[in-house]
Amino acid sequence: MNSFTYTRAEAVEAAVREKSASGKVKFIAGGTNLLDLMKENVERPTRLIDINRLPLTKIEAAPDGGLRLGALATNADTAWNAEVEKRYPLLSQAILAGASPQLRNMATNGGNLFQRTRCYYFYDLATPCNKREPGSGCSAIGGYNRILGILGTSESCIATHPSDMCVALAALAATVRVTGKNGERVVKFEDFHRLPGDTPQFDNTLQPDEIVTAIDLPAEDFSRHFSYLKLRDRTSYAFALISVAAALQLEGNTIKEGRLALGGVAHKPWRDTTAEALLKGQPATEETFRRVAAKVVEGAKGYGHNTFKIELAKRAIMRALKQATEGMPVADAFQNSNP
Amino acid sequence: MPENPTHTSGAAITAPLPPVSPVTLRINGQERQLHIAPWTTLLDALREYLDLTGTKKGCDHGQCGACTVLVDGKRINACLTLAVMQEGRDITTIEGMGTEEKLHPLQQAFIDHDAFQCGYCTPGQICSAQGLINEGKAKTAAEIKELMSGNLCRCGAYTNILAAVQEVVEMELKIKN
Repeated sequence: MNSFTYTRAEAVEAAVREKSASGKVKFIAGGTNLLDLMKENVERPTRLIDINRLPLTKIEAAPDGGLRLGALATNADTAWNAEVEKRYPLLSQAILAGASPQLRNMATNGGNLFQRTRCYYFYDLATPCNKREPGSGCSAIGGYNRILGILGTSESCIATHPSDMCVALAALAATVRVTGKNGERVVKFEDFHRLPGDTPQFDNTLQPDEIVTAIDLPAEDFSRHFSYLKLRDRTSYAFALISVAAALQLEGNTIKEGRLALGGVAHKPWRDTTAEALLKGQPATEETFRRVAAKVVEGAKGYGHNTFKIELAKRAIMRALKQATEGMPVADAFQNSNP
Repeated sequence: MPENPTHTSGAAITAPLPPVSPVTLRINGQERQLHIAPWTTLLDALREYLDLTGTKKGCDHGQCGACTVLVDGKRINACLTLAVMQEGRDITTIEGMGTEEKLHPLQQAFIDHDAFQCGYCTPGQICSAQGLINEGKAKTAAEIKELMSGNLCRCGAYTNILAAVQEVVEMELKIKN
């Protein structure tokens, strides 16, 4: 690790003020991804501001009847929170499908949004990477790219966002509460992360002096028909090759409302509202799901090693929607069989 | 010796190293004072500055679980947190789990079930299992497997680790009910 100075923030306003100081200043919360990247010399902050003592650990009712997740509540406390389990089981399942119990005890909800890609070349200082070193090139295109993106990629970057939690948050239409020097603003989840374009060094749309204080879940009920299907190289403690968060509201066999987001395919959690529109008012049948799956991968592009993901994504979408319909989500972290 | 040694490799040092600062940690019920640089991980603080070498360094990247300790009763990877971040918390390492005279039930179960070969992952496995018991979520073998997946064992003693952990989990469940 490089040398840096360490301070502890006691209030949100002070944290924001300190963050605007000169130099490479970073907030540290759980630290599970940041310290790892610092050990690899990918991140080299000159100053760390420890935000763990900020009063942002609560999970409480939001004014609109939804649920407000404090940015500093841990992933474990969130997944096993009684209200989250009851009203947003899709989120619980997605969180429990990611990382390990130790990491989930450390990682915070806010921090989860800032996870960086696990693209091998991003971690490998010996190779070019536009995300790590803008303008140096992309080694993944034409390189070993089995785990990388097929949707929304660019000539500069085909990295994927690694989070499971964020895929569920995208499907559930969460919003992110942010405080900066100019006060508070609310960001729609789909606008929080961004596509790489020709500036893949930016993972999200947050300004440098802003801090995430909470994530709000709207008061919609997707607690009966949902599935978080995660496909990976081993059944536990691995990043997704493809993950699908599917949530339905059914009236009989007719879909009143449908939500669909994918992980492991793009630079951001990939929610497809055009495909969702194809669910609305339709019967919950294989035929409907096939149409929706085809729509999602319409613009997909394979890069060789990862081309299999296009077909895999289609099948995973159909399966997740079927499981959601049947009210039998298999992504239960406790399930022992191979998905 | 030259008064101003020339750097033969690497970039010139442009910033002075920050001074070490005092950090107080509460480990296994004892307050310990340290003078360390901010980038010292909890794992390095335990092993290199406090002679608590029961906690092991495996991958040093949060992937193997050998460095698992309990902080306020919750299991974490000591390699992925800074020591200074843990001031004011209650840290429990394998040294605080049992004594030579009176082993912790998990330690005894690991011996009874022959749940290790080289033993390098064992302190982390045992601290992790205690964390799992504190969480109270795992009851069946399948659940224990899933919730012990953050601890790797290169010797492949998983079958016996599962048996050892399951025995203590079931014991705890009996006491509770």
